[in-house]
Amino acid sequence: MRIDRALPVTIIVAALIAIWYVGAIFMNTPLQRDFYANAGRTDYSAADLALADLNMDRPKLPAPHQIVAELDKTVLETAPTSKRSLVYHALITLQETLLGFAIGSTLGIGLAILIVNLKVLEKSLMPWIVASQTIPIIALAPMIVVILNQFDITGVIPKAVIAAYLSFFPVTVGMVKGLRSPDPLQLDLMRTYCATRAQTFLKLRAPASAPFFFASMKIGVAAALVGAVVAEVTKSEDGGLGARLLAGSYYGQTVQIWAALFAAAALSATLVGLIGVADRIVSRRMGFAR
Amino acid sequence: MLSPLAINEKAADSARVIDIAGLSLSFTTADGPVQALSGINLAVERGQFISFIGPSGCGKTTLLRAIADLETPSAGVIRVNGMSPQQARANRAYGYVFQAPALYPWRNVERNIALPLEIMGYPKADRQARVARGLDLVNLTGFGKKFPWQLSGGMQQRASIARALSFDPDLLLMDEPFGALDEIVRDKLNEQLLRLWDVTKKTVLFVTHSIPEAVFLSTRIVVMSPRPGRIHDVIECGFPRDRTLDIRETPQFLEVANRVRHGLREGHSYED
Repeated sequence: MRIDRALPVTIIVAALIAIWYVGAIFMNTPLQRDFYANAGRTDYSAADLALADLNMDRPKLPAPHQIVAELDKTVLETAPTSKRSLVYHALITLQETLLGFAIGSTLGIGLAILIVNLKVLEKSLMPWIVASQTIPIIALAPMIVVILNQFDITGVIPKAVIAAYLSFFPVTVGMVKGLRSPDPLQLDLMRTYCATRAQTFLKLRAPASAPFFFASMKIGVAAALVGAVVAEVTKSEDGGLGARLLAGSYYGQTVQIWAALFAAAALSATLVGLIGVADRIVSRRMGFAR
Repeated sequence: MLSPLAINEKAADSARVIDIAGLSLSFTTADGPVQALSGINLAVERGQFISFIGPSGCGKTTLLRAIADLETPSAGVIRVNGMSPQQARANRAYGYVFQAPALYPWRNVERNIALPLEIMGYPKADRQARVARGLDLVNLTGFGKKFPWQLSGGMQQRASIARALSFDPDLLLMDEPFGALDEIVRDKLNEQLLRLWDVTKKTVLFVTHSIPEAVFLSTRIVVMSPRPGRIHDVIECGFPRDRTLDIRETPQFLEVANRVRHGLREGHSYED
């Protein structure tokens, strides 16, 4: 059973790493050839070239082991209080993400409750909610920072607002669907009891939406992290993984960029995983687990 | 027996649970209005077991839903315990059992049965006592902590009957409650339902497709015909209250069943 599950995962990961190494050699070879040419070296073998490709300072595509080494250096060997530590930057991003996610999911759930209860709002509000997501966040983020700055709101809040802007949408859409998920019979039953709207909401719509709630939260928290990183790229002086990305690309530090990308992905996966754990616990309590 | 009722005449004495006069109901669909019920007159006395039988589309479910105030009639009058359906619903006059059990999957059996009690504001101790009584009534004692998916279809429907009876309404409305179950389970539940009706002295309105089921359970059978839905015949069934499934072999049973079958065939004939 365990082998059954571990084997496919191992094969896929090994294949991806292999493809990556091949890609790194393929992409870095022209650059490394130039280096050799500039240094007047011609006596290198194919093996020398490949090895050098995978250990360049500023490769086009860093090899996996270089990223692991960078992560080891910036996560484990650097004090988390240092600005050179990825942990330091990841904590900044985490803070913005969580605050933005809290704002975004609260807003998303609130909008969903309004839309489900007031038919007119679906027609009048939903197009604006959809339109809000068609604007590229990279274009909107600097404006949000500038506008909030006018009101003396600076620091973590403008970034949390940008994170919230991305995360409320999947929560709204998911929760509208979830709160509407009870079937006609389940709703008729409430009618036969002469239940109030509030009772129907609390005892039927809300619990029925639980599976949708957790799916929405997972997408919402991942979107919030993307928003936080974009916000950090916009306003990089406060640090964060986005600032690391920007600094890395500014100085051509591809290894640093990739390390920051991996850190962001790990952070996102952890947050989604935690919601998954909560989902499993609640599902078991609600009798959904079989 | 089918004469139109004069509702305002105070004929609705305390023994009358249902009084329907001149009831019509049409739905608006994309293809225009559809007449679901037309000229329905019916009186039901307390303690009766009335079955509605007829082909699909004869409006038997719609009639039950109109009595429950889940549909609004286009014409005519319905009285439930002397009240309008809306008042009756507000007074929690009836328990409704649907075609599907419609148990809430996130509530265990106990909490499903307690759902109407929670909504109607019964105190906790009373709720627990009523749930225990309900489980006993439908032979589900010991299954209270199970979730719906852990029960068979028949057990789920029994739980839904216990839920409908938990707040002790006088009237039980059942819309093909055993339609999705196999014959053996259905026979067993029919016997149990008859016992339950005998013990609780409820009035039952029961929609079904099955002739033997209708004849076995009912004090009266209302045969309906489609397009538009109307009452074709009302057949008395005078079997003793403590009957068992064995009566299905008797000549009297077969005679009534035959009359129902004839009624259904006649009702069908003027369809095309």
